[in-house]
Amino acid sequence: MRLVIEVWRQDTPQGPGRYETHTVDDATPEMSILELLDRLNDQLVENGLEPVAFESDCREGICGACGVTVDGNPHGPQRNTPSCHQRLAGYADGQRIRLEPLRSAAFPVIRDLVVDRSAMDRIIAAGGHVAIDAGTAPDANSLLVPHESAERALDMAACIGCGACVAACPNGAAHLFVGSKLTHLSLLPTGRQERGKRARAMLSEMEQDFGPCSLYGECARVCPAHIPLTAIAAVNKEGLRSFFRQKDD
Amino acid sequence: MTTAAAAAASGWMPPPCTVPGARAGGVIDGGAPEGPLSAAWQRRRLDYRLVNPANRRRLKVIVVGTGLAGAGAAAALGELGYEVECFTYHDSPRRAHSVAAQGGINAAGDNTVDNDSLERFVRDTVKGGDFRGREADAFRLGEESQRVIDHLNAIGAPFAREYGGTLATRSFGGVQVSRTYYARGQTGQQLQVAGSQALLRQVDAGTVTLRTRHEMLDLVMDDGRVAGVVMRNLVSGKITAHTAHAVVLSTGGYGNIYYFSTLAKNSNASAAWRAVQRGALIASPSFIQFHPTALPVGSKWQSKTILMSESLRNDGRIWVPAKAGDERAAGSIPEEERDYYLERKYPAFGNLTPRDVASRNAVAQIRSGHGVGSLQNGVYLDFRDAIARLGKATISERYGNLFDMYKHATGEDPYAVPMRIAPGAHFTMGGLWSDYDQMTSLPGLFVGGECGWGYHGANRLGANSLLSACVDGWFTLPYSVPNYLAPLLGTAPLAPDSAPVQEALTRTRARVDSLLTIGGTHGPSHFHRILGDLLYEGCGVTRTEPSLTATIAAVRQLREQFWSDLRIVGSAERLNQELERAGRVADYLELAELMCVDALDREESCGAHFRDEHQVDGEAARDDEHWAFASAWQVDDGHFVRHHERLTFESVRLQTRNYT
Repeated sequence: MRLVIEVWRQDTPQGPGRYETHTVDDATPEMSILELLDRLNDQLVENGLEPVAFESDCREGICGACGVTVDGNPHGPQRNTPSCHQRLAGYADGQRIRLEPLRSAAFPVIRDLVVDRSAMDRIIAAGGHVAIDAGTAPDANSLLVPHESAERALDMAACIGCGACVAACPNGAAHLFVGSKLTHLSLLPTGRQERGKRARAMLSEMEQDFGPCSLYGECARVCPAHIPLTAIAAVNKEGLRSFFRQKDD
Repeated sequence: MTTAAAAAASGWMPPPCTVPGARAGGVIDGGAPEGPLSAAWQRRRLDYRLVNPANRRRLKVIVVGTGLAGAGAAAALGELGYEVECFTYHDSPRRAHSVAAQGGINAAGDNTVDNDSLERFVRDTVKGGDFRGREADAFRLGEESQRVIDHLNAIGAPFAREYGGTLATRSFGGVQVSRTYYARGQTGQQLQVAGSQALLRQVDAGTVTLRTRHEMLDLVMDDGRVAGVVMRNLVSGKITAHTAHAVVLSTGGYGNIYYFSTLAKNSNASAAWRAVQRGALIASPSFIQFHPTALPVGSKWQSKTILMSESLRNDGRIWVPAKAGDERAAGSIPEEERDYYLERKYPAFGNLTPRDVASRNAVAQIRSGHGVGSLQNGVYLDFRDAIARLGKATISERYGNLFDMYKHATGEDPYAVPMRIAPGAHFTMGGLWSDYDQMTSLPGLFVGGECGWGYHGANRLGANSLLSACVDGWFTLPYSVPNYLAPLLGTAPLAPDSAPVQEALTRTRARVDSLLTIGGTHGPSHFHRILGDLLYEGCGVTRTEPSLTATIAAVRQLREQFWSDLRIVGSAERLNQELERAGRVADYLELAELMCVDALDREESCGAHFRDEHQVDGEAARDDEHWAFASAWQVDDGHFVRHHERLTFESVRLQTRNYT
């Protein structure tokens, strides 16, 4: 099928950007959004034009590298699905499709569809970890973890760090991302030791780049890892807990 | 490394190398500790030199790559107090391809009563690798495995737990004990996220400097030692040199050389290949595992093969139409006209034969005209009988997410019609040769994870890859790198204006320029796709002398076309993904030739390396009398020299694998 692609082009972080229109004549329904971009780029290169820069890596929905905005939807029209798994089956011959970067003040555009998401790693560096050095860990079986806690921790740890939650949020908040990490680590016996300290560090870093949460819920609708909306409650809960206790744990 | 004369003096000589353009070299020593292997790692650790904690910050280590091995090594060396500079081409350390491993991570032990032990783990690993790995390394792998589980658990990996709160394990990858720890089907992701968090903790603590979106283009060599790296900032295009007392490469495997593979799109061989060009040896480059349950390529524009978990083979039955060229739909083919070839040929293991056996048989069926699907390039994996026996609900509970993924990718409903699967290039057992201390043949250059070799021989067991990356990163390199660093205390890394640094920078810039100025007509992906087809055909699941000889010639021709007809649009002064791809494809075009040379040289079949000429009743015919050694190749001005490391085994008797 033939698709008309309006794609965002931006040469430098300073901009300005613009939309360019191209057509791909041989798109197929089982193609992913990223394979459509591959195909478009093949065409551009054969014609001596610069290909569209975009990020992707595993193309299996787990690395979190990909993420483009498709017709206004972070990752694409299908809910809770990463760009690499968004197929073209829903598009009809001749239809227009608009591709732009994940849009957020916290994610400056580097080039075309590539954005800088390092603000998320700065939050993890500030406190999203456990202070145990190699070789000093206790026997994992001496620390019993209830089955249910392990499963809930894994639900929260499933986050792939793609940043779609931030791009979907009208406020540019990172509460789903931060809340899932706070919950994940506070459910585990080793992570609990610095629960209060972690919450203070991560929230303080979060406020540097990201907006407040107004409970729109857009984040959970796009999250490819199905992080539940309850994760955002953890941000306030853990924040208040550490504020009133003023302790490290 | 010693000479051919010394090899002769050792009383054993490998077969001569008869491949045109290649020759036999000398014997090399892996340096495993003398004496019984079961406590060898403890003895070696006792021999290692130490560095006083107050002096560690005066010694600098560069780590390239942030997967399980790289993040582990960088974090652990940072925790010890060394100055670490760590690079990744990703935007975030969490994205390294370790993240995609599904099944689990093995740990040897006797914490249940299923009779597992360190010795049994080693036996499984060595036998699984078809006796072409280093046994001493397998012992270390098993010995450190429990500490890996404890550590990754402690730093945040939520392993599956039993209702009593203890760790859950499962049986995986053709072994008879339950030693695989897991976090649903996303074990790799959980370990990778925990490892990258530990790395970022050291970044916050100031011991590690992390540089993202940097790709390694060369090594800085100082009088035979590795003294640093040359990096390209992928955003600004700036090429810079970084020097240190030692360098660790943990840059993954090269399965992407086949274009269609289960690897991430950016995984590549360039860092490892650059080390080879600077003189490092590369071991068994043709040992590549083909995963039997990948999805067949369905369309021309498909970007990679998707991996379906091997666990599907527990309940799915693999078959093809008994009649070649049968184009009827699966449901219209009556039972007696179906060939359940694995069950027929291997009644004891059936559909659960090891990966290499399953892959080889699938290729044989496809090549003899029994392939299914519109391109006739797959075999069926059928759940009809399992659904009838267990009910749809049970199958959905076990494999629901995989069935959804399949439907998503193909538009077909596997509850109603059989899945189609085909072997896809997956894991590279071969890689940079290193000694027992994980140091390559270049002093100062260490290796961790899939870009190395050693543990897995000619075939890797399921759930041993996450383990080997973690053991290297967290529990081997933090001991062995300081042993190398200790005598360097008081020396400074090379200065930026020193001759070796300037030479490496000049060399790198010249190479980037040479790629940019070809001015041809095709982008790098064009050549990569052709190369992939050539390798699947000639150096794939099965290889023959004619197929390899023809592929070598075709690869050389393709390389010439590449260097005369490549077109890179855009400049090197900013983000240019075509330039990145071109550099990687240029390296693949050289590595591909060596892979074929290695496969052609090795006149036996072992593990994933199956030479049609060397089989007994359709099974791999290993030749221990002549080929019980690892080939470690030196690339010398376009010529290939095969050095050899003898492989001997003390805990496992050399024996033929048998799955019938």
